[in-house]
Amino acid sequence: MSQPPRVVAPAEELTIASNDEVVIVRQKVRATAIELGFSLVDQTKVVTAASELARNTLVHAGGGHARIEVLDNGHRRGLRLTFADNGPGIPDLQLALTDGWSSGGGLGLGLSGSRRLVDEFELDSEPGRGTVVTVTKWTR
Amino acid sequence: MDRVPILKISDILLVSIQGDLDDHAVLTLQEDLADRVVATGALGVIIDITAVEIVDSFVGRMLSTIAGMARMLDAETIVVGMRPAVAITLVELGLSLGGLRTALDLEKGIALLSRPGPEPAVTDDMSPVGQ
Ligand SMILES: Nc1ncnc2c1ncn2[C@@H]1O[C@H](COP(=O)(O)OP(=O)(O)O)[C@@H](O)[C@H]1O
Ligand SMILES: [Mg+2]
Repeated sequence: MSQPPRVVAPAEELTIASNDEVVIVRQKVRATAIELGFSLVDQTKVVTAASELARNTLVHAGGGHARIEVLDNGHRRGLRLTFADNGPGIPDLQLALTDGWSSGGGLGLGLSGSRRLVDEFELDSEPGRGTVVTVTKWTR
Repeated sequence: MDRVPILKISDILLVSIQGDLDDHAVLTLQEDLADRVVATGALGVIIDITAVEIVDSFVGRMLSTIAGMARMLDAETIVVGMRPAVAITLVELGLSLGGLRTALDLEKGIALLSRPGPEPAVTDDMSPVGQ
């Protein structure tokens, strides 16, 4: 039976303030996914989701942070990624999560697409306060 | 970030993307390729993504944009070497990349480009008699 997930490794905190740092987020997420024994397809999915969300933090909020945590629910291990910023926030979450909707310039698949690539997806945002996106992918 | 080199082999421009490009490098490649297609009058562009571990919406859009741009400049684009895990992920991300021609590897990509255009429908006397 699964227990409430607990964090089993010290969290890694990364700054997202430049394109280079988006690349670093991708690389650290991949390294952790490999350590956890994710399949190649699951590694690719979670790194792709991380890339989309890190880019959103940079492009839509002018920068922020990523946190990488390893979870254990007594049954499986998980990779939890949190992207947090103090940017403008998202006025309409439903709209932002619609496939193909972008407030400008993008393909509008970052939020909706990364939601499909992970097991758990949480979007917390308030205009003026910022945005926190938390995603988790579990080993199989 | 270093520029991605663009090779020219007869009428074909060949780009082999190595490693993890940041978004700026992706846009630079898009612009460099447009310039080179015009400068060389290339008829084909092959983008080899064998070494690319993820294609997200930004890179996916770059591939589509290059193909669209090249088409308007009378060149055909073929993306070769997409990893199976990348293809699976792209579908789930929701990126169809419709209109983008792909081939499994470089050799097949070159073969696609060098295939002659549609033949006239009428058969001539030289044609072998088929069944
Ligand atoms: N961290 C963020 N801060 C503010 N707005 C955001 C953030 N992430 C996403 N958004 C908003 O949600 C929209 C949809 O995001 P996404 O699906 O990634 O599409 P895209 O980035 O291509 O526009 C964005 O256009 C933007 O308006
Ligand atoms: Mg986005």
